[in-house]
Amino acid sequence: MNKEPGMTLIVKTVTRLTVGIILMYGIYIVLHGHLSPGGGFAGGVIIALSFVHLMLAYGKEAALKKISLPVASVLESIGAIMFISIAFLGLLGGYFFFHTLGTGEPFSLFSAYTVLFSNISISLKVGCGLFLVLVSIALAGKEKKK
Amino acid sequence: MTYFLCMIIFAVGLYAVVAKRNMIKIIIGIMVMEYALNMLFVLFGYRQGGRSPILERFQEIKNIVDPLPQALILTAIVIGLATTALMVALAVRIYEKYGTFDITKIRKLRG
Amino acid sequence: MTDMNYTMIPLFVALPLTVSFLIMLLGNRVRWISDILCTLCTFVLCLLSFYAIGVVNGHAPLIYKVGGWFPPVGICLVLDSLSCFMLVIVNSITLIVTIYSINYMERYTAKNKFYALFLLMLAGMNGVIVTGDMFNLFVFLEIGSIASYGLVAFGTEEEELEASFKYMIMGSIAGLFILLGIGLLYSYTSTLNMADMAQVVSEKSGSKLIGFVSVLFLVGFGLKGALFPFHWWLPDAHPSAPAPISAMLSGLLIKALGVYALIRVFFSVLDATSLLPVLMVLGTMSMVIGVFLAVGQWDFKRLLAYHSISQVGYIMLGIGLGTPLGIMGGLFHLFNHSMFKSLLFLNSGAVDYATGTRNLKELGGLRERMPISASTSMVASMSIAGLPPFNGFWSKLIIIIACVNAGRPVYAAWAVLASIMTLASFMKVQKYVFFGELKEKFKAIREVPFAMQFSMVLLALICFLGGLLLVPAVSGDFLQSAVDVITNGKEYAKIVFQSLR
Repeated sequence: MNKEPGMTLIVKTVTRLTVGIILMYGIYIVLHGHLSPGGGFAGGVIIALSFVHLMLAYGKEAALKKISLPVASVLESIGAIMFISIAFLGLLGGYFFFHTLGTGEPFSLFSAYTVLFSNISISLKVGCGLFLVLVSIALAGKEKKK
Repeated sequence: MTYFLCMIIFAVGLYAVVAKRNMIKIIIGIMVMEYALNMLFVLFGYRQGGRSPILERFQEIKNIVDPLPQALILTAIVIGLATTALMVALAVRIYEKYGTFDITKIRKLRG
Repeated sequence: MTDMNYTMIPLFVALPLTVSFLIMLLGNRVRWISDILCTLCTFVLCLLSFYAIGVVNGHAPLIYKVGGWFPPVGICLVLDSLSCFMLVIVNSITLIVTIYSINYMERYTAKNKFYALFLLMLAGMNGVIVTGDMFNLFVFLEIGSIASYGLVAFGTEEEELEASFKYMIMGSIAGLFILLGIGLLYSYTSTLNMADMAQVVSEKSGSKLIGFVSVLFLVGFGLKGALFPFHWWLPDAHPSAPAPISAMLSGLLIKALGVYALIRVFFSVLDATSLLPVLMVLGTMSMVIGVFLAVGQWDFKRLLAYHSISQVGYIMLGIGLGTPLGIMGGLFHLFNHSMFKSLLFLNSGAVDYATGTRNLKELGGLRERMPISASTSMVASMSIAGLPPFNGFWSKLIIIIACVNAGRPVYAAWAVLASIMTLASFMKVQKYVFFGELKEKFKAIREVPFAMQFSMVLLALICFLGGLLLVPAVSGDFLQSAVDVITNGKEYAKIVFQSLR
């Protein structure tokens, strides 16, 4: 129908309103992974889905403008390396994966040893990885039609 | 009893993998098998009237379900995600090359 | 507790993972860095694995508590003599294959991704070998398998994609069977630590569930290790990968994920000695059927892949005998098979690199143009066929003697028959590829680059000297102590809990 890529006006408007909320919710789940259900993986999936949501509604160019493929790939590797370096930091305390930071106050944000930082790195890895997977499957489908 | 239900679902998945000829249906069969196993694991950890194993303020750690199978399932789900993503990507590439999802027609390799 | 010896254990898993992601991060920017990082990483791991033999032998097995949590609660890594034996095989062959692939993988684009997946696969295999936790075993198994699915499909041509899809379906089903077995075992013993599990299983003896679980594991690990009724994905998957990966898959992956995991679970955890006759029968069948199918093949790598099935059958026959001599033969054959099968796949890769074809009918007379590939493949062929001075002869001899000693001469006869058939099929390979007349279109080919030659010569030397492992002074620390771990499988839990500090 219309020239521009993506779905109808209704979908686009709703997407514009909700996409930020979904992203924020994903970040919340990541940061509170050690206090409530959720964590790095679940939050990372939600973050990735917010970008996929954008891709579905506006076409993949709009999503790739927010976060391009090389950037996502680099972020993914950084997430993985961060996780392993947290594990290596544990060697300072004598063991691989040893909890180097203190427990902190229960039920506050900075508590539960290194779990918070592990969650952040996992969410980077999972979010960017899942986004890359979905984008590359979508790109492969597009090439076939040409 | 519910264990047998999980086993039946597992068998349904296995049937789909063995008997179906469409690649996408095979992938779905593998996912069904996986979810049957996930349910089985969670059932292993369940106890009558237990509550979710989350530490909350002002609540004693008492009568909670076994959290370990849930952690295992989370890992198994992640692995399943990776496998499924790879399988779907391969299926898409095979469709590009052969133009079909029917595995009886995809036969460049013999024996 | 912070000394070097303990810290070494998690490095076997963590180092390849780190380098793999570093390559993904840096490889696109600096071209040469991936070669250097990968070679360095595998070299360090190889040295560490040799160092580990010395440490473990002067000592009880090393137990590493990840994160400082004590074993029944936390995950522990166990390094005993059997793990050491496997680690040495895996890491030394990986080093040689890495040197080989520096030149070979120039033909493909995306070399960085190759190295990243390669190291992930290595991390998975090392993880399976050192872990002392049942679920951790499954996780590493899947890491190694997923990386290998990707590597089989690396060329992204039609055959490769198809083979990879087949391999992936079978691998996923195997993984799910293993997961089901682990779930049932967890509900039965309410623990995941292998040593703890072994203790509980031996206390609560006589349950039918253990039999069911053993069968599930037999199917799962048998699928991963290409044992007879589950073998048919292997001849598609292994030849489709690039040659270094075929060498890794055939030489190491089916052994680390299939044979080693089966041995570990059956002997150390479940103590399922009642299933050993089944292993023997399956081993003999795969030995004979694999070799019969191999004789009729005309594709170089496909022929080698069928021989892998047959040789895994030998290993299983040896292990299934259950006598110390049989187990020793099985483990020794495992070592030898990794060496000569990797060498043969590297040879086939060299032929493919130089001529561009793998069809035996099109080749011929390459001996004049490629002397080093020809002579190393001669060594490997004689080794796999079991001719006297080479290592394959000694391990087959031990297996056959063990069969006779255990009062099962029929199995011995089948083993001899399979060996003769192997000799026949490799004479065919030598005749069609390296001897005979040089075809007109191959007049201009040259020997492969230096790094490839170097790794082939290294493996050929190991094949030549491998028989020395039987000398008690050499084998006492390496082979014999690994055999002791299996024969004392019932003691596993006790040993682990004793050496825990």
